[in-house]
Amino acid sequence: MDLIRRTVLKGAGATGVLAGLLATGMLKPTLAYANEWNAAAFGAKDLDVALKTIGADGAAANPALVMKAPDIAENGAVVPVDVVSNIPNTSSIAILVKKNPFPLAALFEFSNGALADVSVRLKVAETSAIIAIAKADGKTYTAQKEVKVTVGGCGG
Amino acid sequence: MADPMKIRAQMKGDVCEIRVLMSHPMETGQRKDNDGKTIPAHHIQLVSVALNGKPVVSGQLAGSVSRNPVLGFKVKGAKAGDKVTVSWKDNKGDSRTDEATVA
Repeated sequence: MDLIRRTVLKGAGATGVLAGLLATGMLKPTLAYANEWNAAAFGAKDLDVALKTIGADGAAANPALVMKAPDIAENGAVVPVDVVSNIPNTSSIAILVKKNPFPLAALFEFSNGALADVSVRLKVAETSAIIAIAKADGKTYTAQKEVKVTVGGCGG
Repeated sequence: MADPMKIRAQMKGDVCEIRVLMSHPMETGQRKDNDGKTIPAHHIQLVSVALNGKPVVSGQLAGSVSRNPVLGFKVKGAKAGDKVTVSWKDNKGDSRTDEATVA
């Protein structure tokens, strides 16, 4: 590794060497993330804008997309939400809280045998619909459930 | 450096259930401290789950995921002894990778 380091440190063409090493897999980044964080979608304050940014405007309701969430959440800081898509070839699931300051809460993509089945705990600011979006074969599907919050999730 | 994750991976029939507990404050950037100053956002943005080095789930989280996130996933085609690797990275560039073995 010392030799490699020296080559890199030489300066001229250093980035080229590094890129080459990355390409050949000699220097693997320790963390491999498929995507960058979608700042535009997560920063959207409006539900419609958020949906549009993840390409899910006009998603069709589908009973094969099942969401489990409590009817009444006593503590809005921890609301367990399970989403299971029984739609074949579901490639991703997004979860949004309609009335949160930033509606998009989480986005998951599946590959290599992962089932479209996730559970997560969310903060819910006030009584709101929780919306799940599933993508399968380029089409988007949606399911939603109203969760009543008695103590908000964004207070101190 | 953040605390280690707790990862449990268990075979249930032919499906491997993975549950992860991450230790993270998950600040939304909306809250204010006692002096009325906004507490800056500090939350996990990216999550990656791999089975034997092959990526299975890649996730993106917002600050609206609860503090100390608990995530659950299911993967087909795993067997006991397989290695599950979970990584996360937050908006301040901090990151953490932990491993567990499928039981």
